Amino acid sequence: MPRYYTDEHEWIDVEGDSATVGITDYAQEQLGDIVFVELPSVGTVLDKAGDAAVVESVKAASDVYAPISGEVTETNGALEEDPALVNSSPEEEGWFFRLSISDTAELEGLMDEKGYKAFVDSL
Amino acid sequence: MRYLPLTDTDRSEMLAKIGAGSIDDLFVDVPEVARLDGPIRDLPMHASEMAVERHMKARAAKNLAAGDAPFFLGAGAYRHHVPASVDHIIQRGEFLTAYTPYQPEIAQGTLQMLFEFQSQVARLYGCAVANASLYDGSTACWEAVAMATRVTRKKRAVLSGALHPHYSEVVRTMAHFTGDVIADSAPAIQAEPDLDGLTSRIDEDTACVVVQYPDILGRISDLTPVAEAAHAVGALLVVVNTEPVALGAIKAPGEMGADIVVGEGQSIGVGLQFGGPYLGLFAVRDPKHVRQMPGRLCGETTDAEGKRGFVLTLSTREQHIRREKATSNICTNSGLCALAFSVHMNLLGEKGLRELAAENHRLACLAADRLEKVPGVKLLNNTFFNEFTLMLDGKPAREIVRDLADRGVLGGVSLGRLYPGVEALEHALLVAVTETTTEEDIETLARELEASVKGAVQ
Repeated sequence: MPRYYTDEHEWIDVEGDSATVGITDYAQEQLGDIVFVELPSVGTVLDKAGDAAVVESVKAASDVYAPISGEVTETNGALEEDPALVNSSPEEEGWFFRLSISDTAELEGLMDEKGYKAFVDSL
Repeated sequence: MRYLPLTDTDRSEMLAKIGAGSIDDLFVDVPEVARLDGPIRDLPMHASEMAVERHMKARAAKNLAAGDAPFFLGAGAYRHHVPASVDHIIQRGEFLTAYTPYQPEIAQGTLQMLFEFQSQVARLYGCAVANASLYDGSTACWEAVAMATRVTRKKRAVLSGALHPHYSEVVRTMAHFTGDVIADSAPAIQAEPDLDGLTSRIDEDTACVVVQYPDILGRISDLTPVAEAAHAVGALLVVVNTEPVALGAIKAPGEMGADIVVGEGQSIGVGLQFGGPYLGLFAVRDPKHVRQMPGRLCGETTDAEGKRGFVLTLSTREQHIRREKATSNICTNSGLCALAFSVHMNLLGEKGLRELAAENHRLACLAADRLEKVPGVKLLNNTFFNEFTLMLDGKPAREIVRDLADRGVLGGVSLGRLYPGVEALEHALLVAVTETTTEEDIETLARELEASVKGAVQ
C-alpha cells in the first residue's frame, strides 16, 4: 500500500481506489496537545487542497487539507472520544478519514516518505 | 486614562509620520455620501459646561420618564427594581475596568464572576452551558440561528409569528448577508399561540425553529411538541426569552427540549437605561454543541498547585484564532451588564427570584382582572406571566397610547407601533406589570383607559 505526503503535512495511504488520510508525526509535534478534531461528514465531496478537517490544540486551530479529490466514505470516530490519538499514533490509529479517489493522476506530485523527510529536514 | 489635549503641531507631526495629508485622508474608506461636509447643523462648536447642563436639563424635563408616571411598557424591556447595592458593587475598583480583563494570571475575580454568571444563566434556562453573554437579546437570537445552521448544515430558519418583530428584523438583516432563508409571519391575534401552524412550516431543509416564550403577546405554552417536531427532521429548537424574571415561575426552556436558549437579561440588574446597553444571554442544552457556540466561555480548572481557578476556554472557536472560520464575529461580552445581572441574582437567590416572579404575576393578574372590566376593552390571553394583550375598541391603540401619555399614564406598547402596516394588530395594546407597579397605578390606568376608549368610541 503506497503512502504519499503533502507539503501541508498530511499523509495518504492508497489502496485501489480508496485512500486513508491523516496528519504526520511532524505535524502533531508542531501542534502540541490536540484537544479536538473536526472531521468532514461522510458523503462530503472534497477538492484537492481544499479544506477537509480542523485540528485544534489548546491555543490554535489548524486546517487539514485534502491531499487529493474524492468523496468521504468513513471517518475515524475514535478521535471524537480521544483526540490525543493524533499525538500518540498520528500515522496509524490517529487517521482522520477515508475517501474514494476521484482521479489517481492527482497523486502525482505528492512526496514519498524519503521526499517528505528531506522536505521536513529543510524546514 | 489621562486626557492629553493635542496641539495643531502634534496633529500635523502625526499625519506626516504616517504619510497622510490631512485628517480627512484618514477617512477615505468611508463613502463621500456618508461623511459630514461641515459642522453638525444647529450644534454650536463649543459651549460652557454650565450652559450644556442647563440645555440638557431643559430637554430632559420634556420627557415623561418611566419613574415619573404609572408605567406599563414592556415588549422586550422591563422596568424592575434594581437594589442600590447592585450599582455599588459593580462600581468597585476590583470590577470596574474599561474592558473585560481575561488574563487568568491577573483576572481571577472577573473570570470567577463570569463563571458564576454562566452557571446562573444555565440554571435559569435549564441548559448545560451558557456563554459569558452577548450584546443583547436580538443579536443572541441571530447567533442562535447562525449556530443552528452550523450544527445542522441546513440554511432555513422558521421564525414563530409571535417572536418579537425587532428580533425577526435583526435575524433578517444578518441573514441578508449569509444567505440563510428566513420564514416568518405576523402574529395571529388569538388567545392561544398557533403552534400547529408553526410546526406545519417545519420541513427537511429546516435548520431551526425560533419561538419566543412568553411570546410577544405575553402568551405561554408548552413547547415540547415544537421540540419534537423539530427534532423529527433533525432541526434544532431555539427558544427566545425576553423576560428572565418569568423563569422564576414557569418551566425552563431546556426542560421542554429547547436546544439553544437565548434572551435578554436586562430585567435582572441592568435597568431600562434608555434602551441599552443590554445583555444577551445564550445557552445550549446539550454539552456536545458547546464547540459551535458563539462568544466567550469561561471554564473552571486547577492551577499548577491543584488550586481551583478560572480561564477562558475553547477559545479556538473565536475570531482571534479561527479568523473567518470562527463561530461568530463577536469576540466580547457585555461584561458590566453581566456582572450587574449576576450580582442582582446573588442578592435575590433562588427563593428570592421565585418570590419576585410570584409578585410580578400577582400584580399582572390584578391588572388584567381590573382592565377587563373597562368597557370596550377585552383581554386576549388565556395565559400570561407579567405581560398581556388587550384589544381596544374605537381608535387604533397607538392613538390611545398617546392620549394616555397626555393624561400622565404610560399605558403600554401598541402592536401598531411594533408592526406598522399590519391592520389586524392596530387595536392591540401590550400591557406589562412588574413589582414596581402599585395597585394605585393599575387603578389610574383603568380609569384613564376607560376615558380614552370612551372618547375614541364616541
